[in-house]
Amino acid sequence: MSEGVSQTIPLRLRLRFLRDRILVGLCVVALAAAVVPLVWVLWDVVSVGAAHLSVEFLTSLPEPPTRPGGGWAHAFLGSVVVVGSAILMGIPVGVGTGIYMSEYGNNLLGRSTRFLCEVMAGLPSIVAGIVAYGLIVVTMGRFSALSGAIALAVLFVPIVAITTQEALALVPRHQREGAFALGLGDASTTLRVVLPAAMGNVLTGIMLATARVAGETAPLLFTAFNSRFWMEGLDQPTATVPVNIYNYAISPFDHWHDQAWAGAFVLVSVVLVLNVAARTLWARRARFMAGG
Amino acid sequence: MGGSWFRLTTGALACLVLITAGLIFYELWMGSRPAWEQWGLSFIWRTEWNPVRGEFGALPFIAGTLLTSGMALVIALPVSLGIAILLTEFAPRAVRDPLIFIVELLAAVPSVVFGLWGIFVLAPVVQGTVMPFIAGSPLGYLPIFGEPGAGYTLLTASLILAIMIIPIIASLSREVLMTVPRDQREGALALGCTRWEAMRHVVLAYGRAGIFSAAVLGLGRALGETMATTMTIGNSLGLTFDYFEAGNSMTAIIANELREAASEIHVASLVAIGLILFALSFVLNSIGRLIIGRVSRGGV
Repeated sequence: MSEGVSQTIPLRLRLRFLRDRILVGLCVVALAAAVVPLVWVLWDVVSVGAAHLSVEFLTSLPEPPTRPGGGWAHAFLGSVVVVGSAILMGIPVGVGTGIYMSEYGNNLLGRSTRFLCEVMAGLPSIVAGIVAYGLIVVTMGRFSALSGAIALAVLFVPIVAITTQEALALVPRHQREGAFALGLGDASTTLRVVLPAAMGNVLTGIMLATARVAGETAPLLFTAFNSRFWMEGLDQPTATVPVNIYNYAISPFDHWHDQAWAGAFVLVSVVLVLNVAARTLWARRARFMAGG
Repeated sequence: MGGSWFRLTTGALACLVLITAGLIFYELWMGSRPAWEQWGLSFIWRTEWNPVRGEFGALPFIAGTLLTSGMALVIALPVSLGIAILLTEFAPRAVRDPLIFIVELLAAVPSVVFGLWGIFVLAPVVQGTVMPFIAGSPLGYLPIFGEPGAGYTLLTASLILAIMIIPIIASLSREVLMTVPRDQREGALALGCTRWEAMRHVVLAYGRAGIFSAAVLGLGRALGETMATTMTIGNSLGLTFDYFEAGNSMTAIIANELREAASEIHVASLVAIGLILFALSFVLNSIGRLIIGRVSRGGV
């Protein structure tokens, strides 16, 4: 059958079909070229990292480099405190800005805020570090967890503002009109009707932004800096997981390299779990809203 | 309801974002003034960087950034377009969603993890396999490739950057291609085009502006990428155009030296490089966002 068909199709047309197949094949090659490095990176992080993960690594302080063992407990605490402070500062500003852009933003302030949020979402993260260094570290006279948290907050806010605006824009107009008709003011309408309806997507944006800043290293190099001990306060320098990965990776000690891989394993696990959770939440909410 | 307290509060928070953006520019400008006062605009094309003698110039770092980001874009753009085309036009629904998911996860892996992998896995591969292969192929005659040496080179950094910006360009282009109306495609198919011809002459032509802006945004991301670059580029101080040599970038020199910079002019020179970086990425992001905003209602 196919023999008979191919005889009736002119050569030129068959060449066109062939080119069609070849070029689609090249697209598959392109996909493989992107997926192979990802699998390769993740495989190395999991196989090398998990092999060097231990209770000691998770719960104890570092040993001097000449001695084996020791852990990154201080860096895990440091990352939690720095990232936690950043999102505590960033959530009200980001969500508030998103609400303004969505509910009142059809004016110069709203449009310029939206534009700057988009531009700042592409800000090189090290620039946030330079600014926090100049404004806070130099002024205070020392590196501090707080300056690191502020640098991360600068990166966190625009992402949350944009996702919040888009989440609120998905809430149907008639829900707002219904609330107004019942006599609610615009504050109650937004806080008790619109925001709850969009909560899933707002949370998704917050989780994605948290995952993004949790892995940031460059803004912390000269703000939160580093330390070998437990953090003594927000106004003191602290170790964090990403900066530790960098410092240990470029050190000359083999067992420090192993610890860098173990730290990378923990960091990647947290970031990917946050991402997967956020994206599945988003997918469920999107379907729910489309259906309802 | 024009002047409610709620509107004022959220408006104040929005203003805070504007103020922060202004503060970033102000701090970069004030912090870098000593460097501009000493050398003026010639700081941008001076090639010497010597903290001991107090001589600073940005050209080696600007060149390194442009060379690595440019090469990364050259590698990443065709790959990303292939992925975007496959995912919008050809992949069956059952594999499409998981693939989109995987490509987006690639974008979430932190830069420092790519840097770690670059030091211990990619750099040895570049040294042992990639550079000898290129040197032995016709590509080796290109003047951008010299003698293969150690694994920490402009080429290594370019490859890492390419891996990192592929998911960004791919997902932006995919969004652009999805905005092409169905009847455009179907019209081309009805005229007897093969699927590929419909893709090339109709969909790509329609999405050209959007794809351009996806590339610009990807380039902007590559310019500002710090850790992966710093850990693989080799951190030399001289000007080089040889992809087989160690180089440096604007982000890498800041990451390496700002902590330890002692003199005022050294700090100011590093901040000045930060300002140039900020300006470049601001321009690229603005162009990219303006175009893509016109093409589609873009996400993050």
